[in-house]
Amino acid sequence: MDAAETLLLEQIPRLRRYARALTGQAGSADDLVQDCLERAWSRLHRWRAGSDMRAWLFTIMHRVNANRVRRLRGRPAEDPLDEEGAGAASPQAPEMALEIRDLDRALQRLPEPQRQVLLLVALEGFSYEAVAATLDLPLGTVMSRLHRARERLRAELGGGSAPRLRRVK
Amino acid sequence: MNRGPISEADLHGYVDGALDPVRRRELEEYLAAHPTVAAQVDDYRRLNAVLHSSFDPVVDAPLPQRLVQRPRAPRRLAVAAVSAWLALGGVIGGVAGWQLHARSAGDAGAALELALARPAGVAHAVYAPEVLHPVEVVAAQQAHLVGWLSKRLGAPLHAPALDGLGYQLVGGRLLPASDGPAAQLMYQDSAGRRLTLYVRSGVSDNRDTAFRFAEQDGLGVFYWVDGPFGYALSAPLTRDQLLPVAQTVYSALNP
Repeated sequence: MDAAETLLLEQIPRLRRYARALTGQAGSADDLVQDCLERAWSRLHRWRAGSDMRAWLFTIMHRVNANRVRRLRGRPAEDPLDEEGAGAASPQAPEMALEIRDLDRALQRLPEPQRQVLLLVALEGFSYEAVAATLDLPLGTVMSRLHRARERLRAELGGGSAPRLRRVK
Repeated sequence: MNRGPISEADLHGYVDGALDPVRRRELEEYLAAHPTVAAQVDDYRRLNAVLHSSFDPVVDAPLPQRLVQRPRAPRRLAVAAVSAWLALGGVIGGVAGWQLHARSAGDAGAALELALARPAGVAHAVYAPEVLHPVEVVAAQQAHLVGWLSKRLGAPLHAPALDGLGYQLVGGRLLPASDGPAAQLMYQDSAGRRLTLYVRSGVSDNRDTAFRFAEQDGLGVFYWVDGPFGYALSAPLTRDQLLPVAQTVYSALNP
């Protein structure tokens, strides 16, 4: 096992976490991760030693996901709660599971471009610049999507009772 | 760097730890004086925490087998790889994605590429993914393998030892070349990665040549003529990764 393979294997749990939050379904998430890994293994010889393996893998996952979304478009939407409804953290207390279900539902209602940016920043800890590079977006677009995603979730998840932000110039 | 009025981007930067210390202090002062904005920032933080508490368990969950197994090349990929190599020969030099690094990429180079790199690339794409019958004669019968292939190729063939590079001989097979027999020796490392050495006679009037390199669909091929044989070493490696292997093969064949 060489260094690149070890680095790749180390990232699989985080790819899963992101895919799980992005798709809202454990099964679809692992399908997405599997497709991403197949492509990554076949291209691993092109990965430059010393560069960021995580960024490389997330870029691949983003492309794979774009193809997947294109493929699925036109099919009837699957209810994200049908499968393993309570989400990833099933062994937890019922109230917590409910919260995750609410979160899942609210996340799935976000437009996917906003969901991607939010999850890369807030869950995966990417810098804004890294998100811009991974999703191939201008930095300004990253910031505006992040803002819209956070404001929308805040409204949906009960933070909405707090007064809305006055745009401070 | 971004002094001046507090912006939305500053609020997010604050939550995500992206502000420099000076700006962070300015923002904290601002939040102290603007409770509604402070509540908004608190919501953003809470959202981050909920995302983590919801999805972090995935990181510690055991991985399903299908995600830890390194996939073998599926059959359809092998077919695509064969087509890619077959499509090459006639159009050397002008095709995007096709790189030919020859010292003199003239007609002689093109002929050599047709005689060695292309059939070797096709043979690798066909047999390297093979699970049941990768070779005709296994390495355990090496003496028989080498004797048989030498006889068919009309000159003594050697199976170079590549153990120093982590590759063990799997075995070999006889193949048809354009005007006679060719041989393929297959090697494999502990991770199951395979490289093949394609050998045939009657190439380039047996004039020795330098190493040449071709690549298609992630499969690299070094090929050269040395004595009675033309050789082509194929593996899914870059030029830089494959070169030391080719040099080892060359020295093992010329002790």
